[in-house]
Amino acid sequence: MMTRSFGTPEFLYLLKAVPWTLLLSLGALLGGGIVGLVIAILRTSPLPVLRWLATGYIELFQGTPVLMQLFVTYYGLAVVFNIQVDPWPAVLLAFTLYSGAFLGEIWRGSIEAIPRPQWEAAECLALSFPQQLRYVILPQAARISIPPTVGFAVLLIKSTSIAAIIGFVELTRAGQLMTDATFQPMIVYPVVAAIYFLLCWPLSLLAQTLERRIDATLGVSRHF
Amino acid sequence: MPLLALAGISKRFGAHRALDGVSLAVEPGEVVAIIGRSGSGKSTLLRVINGLERPDSGTIEFDGKIIEPTGHQLKALRREIGIVFQSYNLFPHLSVERNITLGPTVAKGMTLPAAQELARRVLAMVDLEDKRLTYPQQLSGGQQQRVAIARALAMEPRLILFDEITAALDPELIGEVVRVLERLAQGGMTMVLVTHEMGFARRSADTVVFMHEGRIWEKGPPAKLFGAPRTPELASFIDAILSVDPAAKRRAG
Amino acid sequence: MNYVFQFNIVWEHFPELLEGARLTIQLSATAMALGLILAIACAYGKSAGPRPVRVLVAAYVELIRNTPFLVQIFIFYFSLPMIGIRLSADTAALAAMTVNLGAYAAEIVRAGIEAVPHGQVEAGRALGLKRLQIFRFIVIFPALKTVYPALASQFILLMLNSSVVSTISAVELTAVTNSLTSTTFRSFEFYFVATGLYLAMSLGFRVVLSGIYWTVFERGRPA
Repeated sequence: MMTRSFGTPEFLYLLKAVPWTLLLSLGALLGGGIVGLVIAILRTSPLPVLRWLATGYIELFQGTPVLMQLFVTYYGLAVVFNIQVDPWPAVLLAFTLYSGAFLGEIWRGSIEAIPRPQWEAAECLALSFPQQLRYVILPQAARISIPPTVGFAVLLIKSTSIAAIIGFVELTRAGQLMTDATFQPMIVYPVVAAIYFLLCWPLSLLAQTLERRIDATLGVSRHF
Repeated sequence: MPLLALAGISKRFGAHRALDGVSLAVEPGEVVAIIGRSGSGKSTLLRVINGLERPDSGTIEFDGKIIEPTGHQLKALRREIGIVFQSYNLFPHLSVERNITLGPTVAKGMTLPAAQELARRVLAMVDLEDKRLTYPQQLSGGQQQRVAIARALAMEPRLILFDEITAALDPELIGEVVRVLERLAQGGMTMVLVTHEMGFARRSADTVVFMHEGRIWEKGPPAKLFGAPRTPELASFIDAILSVDPAAKRRAG
Repeated sequence: MNYVFQFNIVWEHFPELLEGARLTIQLSATAMALGLILAIACAYGKSAGPRPVRVLVAAYVELIRNTPFLVQIFIFYFSLPMIGIRLSADTAALAAMTVNLGAYAAEIVRAGIEAVPHGQVEAGRALGLKRLQIFRFIVIFPALKTVYPALASQFILLMLNSSVVSTISAVELTAVTNSLTSTTFRSFEFYFVATGLYLAMSLGFRVVLSGIYWTVFERGRPA
């Protein structure tokens, strides 16, 4: 069997998988943001059924392994469409739903951080509930939700490595394939780890900085 | 016919009875000042009027029609009744102009240019035309409160409620706000104010209402109420206000 | 959709799934205990140790927290043998989980340590206690009590993450489920039920961890 040694072309092969990791993370973040907003609004609904549904959703996705969610989605889609599904839609769907649960909690926390008087002032200007959300509450909540969302983005990028297990070629899977080709796990996997580190660490630092800054500005708006 | 008529309003919070059978009528153009100790129910009464609190019993009539404090009717009511809060409650993420144009454009369907023109006019009424494009955080407390008044005025209400709007301000900033209130009163606006500003009540109010333990204890023109209090509670209240705060005493004349 | 769900096959193999769950619990509990000890040691080193120790711990924590758990497992199982450290699948799994938990828990414990009122430490010094004694007798207990909820969340996360060790064929619930699906081809049904088992385990862990909190931190103490 031919084995390759690990050099620049092999390293570039790993790098070429990075966009897939990022694309998956970004897609799940955007999709999950929308799902999360819906979940957060359901959580504040006057109807108990809707509240329980939303709470159940969060419990489900935060109380089970991501890998299981991936398997159920992947094989569930195969069942529904009766074919062998390409990993990409299953992976994107699973991570979107997963993100939705976490971002839903972040949205809820952000909305609850808006002081009650802001709601009252908007109400007293004859704005309807959807209008209050759209013009007064959500713009402020969005600002507050940025630091925890950036923090979650780090978690998401790391979680996408799980997609390797059903064969989706992102960075970790590329690492497995490269190890199979070069028989150099001592080099390949630490390099893969280093690439993840370079992706995640700056975001972690950014999240911490934003957290401190938002606390400062929130102090200003909380005064009212 | 009174513009606003409250009859038998009662409200409890748990074991605490905040309002106990309160009845009040406000004529168009009348300026009513509500005074009393904290806990006397003044703010609750104001919040019942525009639906922020729902009374346990009693009726509210606006313009001769009984108001059900729910949904559709409530929204219509809030186009007619404005409110200014003690903590201003301006929207920090919007400019002064946008704070003012939000209600007219979104809730009343006005076009943005018309609303912006309206914003300029109401800002002139509160002497803040040049702050049109600034953000609330950049203004002093007195300026923010005047913007809050302008925001309420922009809805072109028939009645404005004021909930202790000078209580959170530094003393030197109170004067500018009181001047705006006096201007509004002279201009014929119907106003109901919960206030500690005895000077304003004496000079500009048509009726002063003294509340105590959830009930209206005394009611009448300011000269009579302040000059000849009938009840010991009112007399001691007036004494307390004037002796504790020399600045208030000065403003009370 | 012309797929017929056959959950009865899953029920036939349910005892094997339960055995897998038991192995998950065993593996997780061991990693929790070891990881907590490691975390306490790191937190102590970070707050009271000399500069090289603080830097080392900080580097360890940042490294683990910014790389995926799956890659960490691969390094323990596939990379280490190349420098002579050959671990069995189960040992590699336990080591990776311990090291992983250690990093996250270290930050949490450190926050708890910093939350202990400084007056307590000063009182200890006044009594003539040495640094380590102060840590052991005065600091660690209230610190852990303060951050217990955060630690409990991290423990449950660890248990859920254990499913990933199935990729190196360590034996726990996911690995058992994998082998069952490969023989019965009822993938959806098996993974669906296994997910339910994980959900039950996380709820169970929450209850047990609450019970531990109550017995360790609250019982017999004045309110």
